[in-house]
Amino acid sequence: MILKGNVWKFGDNIDTDVIIPARYLNTSDAKELASHCLEDYDSKFIKKVKAGDIIVAGENFGCGSSREHAPIALKEAGISCVIAKSFARIFFRNAINIGLPIFESPEISQQVKQGDLLEVDLNKGIIKNLTTGQEYQVHPLPPFIQNIILAGGLVEYTKREMKRRTNYEQL
Amino acid sequence: MGRTIAEKILQSHCAEKDLKKGALIKARVDFAFANDITGPLAIEVFNQVGASKVFNRDKITFVPDHFTPNKDIKSAQQAKMIKEFSQSQDLTYYFEIGQAGIEHALLPERGLALPGQFIVGADSHTPTSGALGALAVGVGSTDLGVVLALGEIWIRVPETIKFIYQGKLNKWVGGKDLILYTISQIGVNGANYKVMEFSGEVIRQLSIDHRFTMCNMATEAGAKSGIIEPDEITFTYLRSHTDKTFFPSLQSDPDAEYEQIMEIEVANIEPQVAFPHLPENCKPISEVGEIKIDQVVIGSCTNGRLEDLRLAATILKEHKVNSKVRVIIIPATQEVYREALEEGLIKIFIEAGAVVSPPTCGPCLGGHMGVLAKGERAISTTNRNFVGRMGHPESEVYLASPAVAAASAVTGKISSPEEVILT
Repeated sequence: MILKGNVWKFGDNIDTDVIIPARYLNTSDAKELASHCLEDYDSKFIKKVKAGDIIVAGENFGCGSSREHAPIALKEAGISCVIAKSFARIFFRNAINIGLPIFESPEISQQVKQGDLLEVDLNKGIIKNLTTGQEYQVHPLPPFIQNIILAGGLVEYTKREMKRRTNYEQL
Repeated sequence: MGRTIAEKILQSHCAEKDLKKGALIKARVDFAFANDITGPLAIEVFNQVGASKVFNRDKITFVPDHFTPNKDIKSAQQAKMIKEFSQSQDLTYYFEIGQAGIEHALLPERGLALPGQFIVGADSHTPTSGALGALAVGVGSTDLGVVLALGEIWIRVPETIKFIYQGKLNKWVGGKDLILYTISQIGVNGANYKVMEFSGEVIRQLSIDHRFTMCNMATEAGAKSGIIEPDEITFTYLRSHTDKTFFPSLQSDPDAEYEQIMEIEVANIEPQVAFPHLPENCKPISEVGEIKIDQVVIGSCTNGRLEDLRLAATILKEHKVNSKVRVIIIPATQEVYREALEEGLIKIFIEAGAVVSPPTCGPCLGGHMGVLAKGERAISTTNRNFVGRMGHPESEVYLASPAVAAASAVTGKISSPEEVILT
């Protein structure tokens, strides 16, 4: 699967409170959450972001609260992929579990600029900066996690597991 | 090669024979929980995967604590959803407000976190129970929804960083100062994906409430969890809170392999204050300078337990809250509230001019019961000081211990307890 989008550049330690402030957590409606995505960071973000855009950030992206509302808001806002120098562990799990592709890449985090056009080959882990011509190979995710993503997220993966268990019990 | 306490716990919860660090495994869960914010999403996931019954009705709970007592209609809907699910699944444990409190304070109090257990909670401060020698890990809602159905979760076997605290603690320095200082040393992602094991003579003498505070904020260094080997202090706490049997001894092997061992001499550690907007931005109280405040919050899963309130009361006794400051004190659970009432602490707070709130996460995450206006500044015993955490994006939160928060309540600026209590 190939993704293509323009870059939104962020710094270090972008926390989940700033991605989706707690005052909006009285709902789990994705559209409503998305309408407030990153508003405390940049009140115009949600008006300017386009479907397919890619976030490139520094260290520890998604730190803080475990709220899955954060990756849900980003995905619903149109973000197709997040690339960061590193991710906070719960955000990393949540993104994989809801099927929001993420990659760790210190090089891309350092070199890519706001507005650059990136092309991401999810399967091969190849990311091209179409603005500069630079190409990057990122670490593929461990096979176990790839299986979750291939299944379409943890929900689909678990559905299969539930079916397998039911079949097993019937044997 | 020996094993750390975290590795031993995971080994006893998976099918793999010889666990290797970094391996992805499926681990069986002893206890799982969610709250009024993360619970509804988890229940949706539970339904989506086609599950009809939870894996074990005794091993799951929902705690309405974040926006409760319900702050608005939408919050009420969310609280209703977890209550109805708990009832329809006939869960053994569900805690309605009035019998409840903040999940991470409540569960240990009710004997629902024991040494050697593997616990997952849909909340980032789940590591709190690590103070009892459990491996307690925060996860998201989809993770938790799947755990509700299957009773297991995928997890990476973490490396452990061991922190050895030595020396004699200064007056007014406690668990909050130790963990803030530690975070300031390693940074807010200094322990990302790893377990922080707190040890050394200082920890061995630290009371259980201070230990809870330390493990609670391991997540602020990015850690998978914080953990402390159980000892006589742990067992005394457990015996007074549960009849359940638990592993009497669970320790890291002497030859366990740590990714890093950090020795911290505590004699030079002063009360700490974390400046906006990261918990790592710490200064010792003597270097804070003149910082006026509008609000003081004493409470939360970090510092809302009985010892925290006792500490605050020691300072607020025979003092009045500064007339320019509002002070909000939030016992973390109904039981803490009751004990504080019996000990006369609540009377001290009321007479000093503080507001005492029912147990709730409330202002910690800018929910309710003390949201900040534009330009306002709070000192708080909570755990995060991110942009907009307690309200308006242009408000500020400073993190500190209950002692520093209470002293600041009296002076109206961030202050050392020594400014208020002459020693």
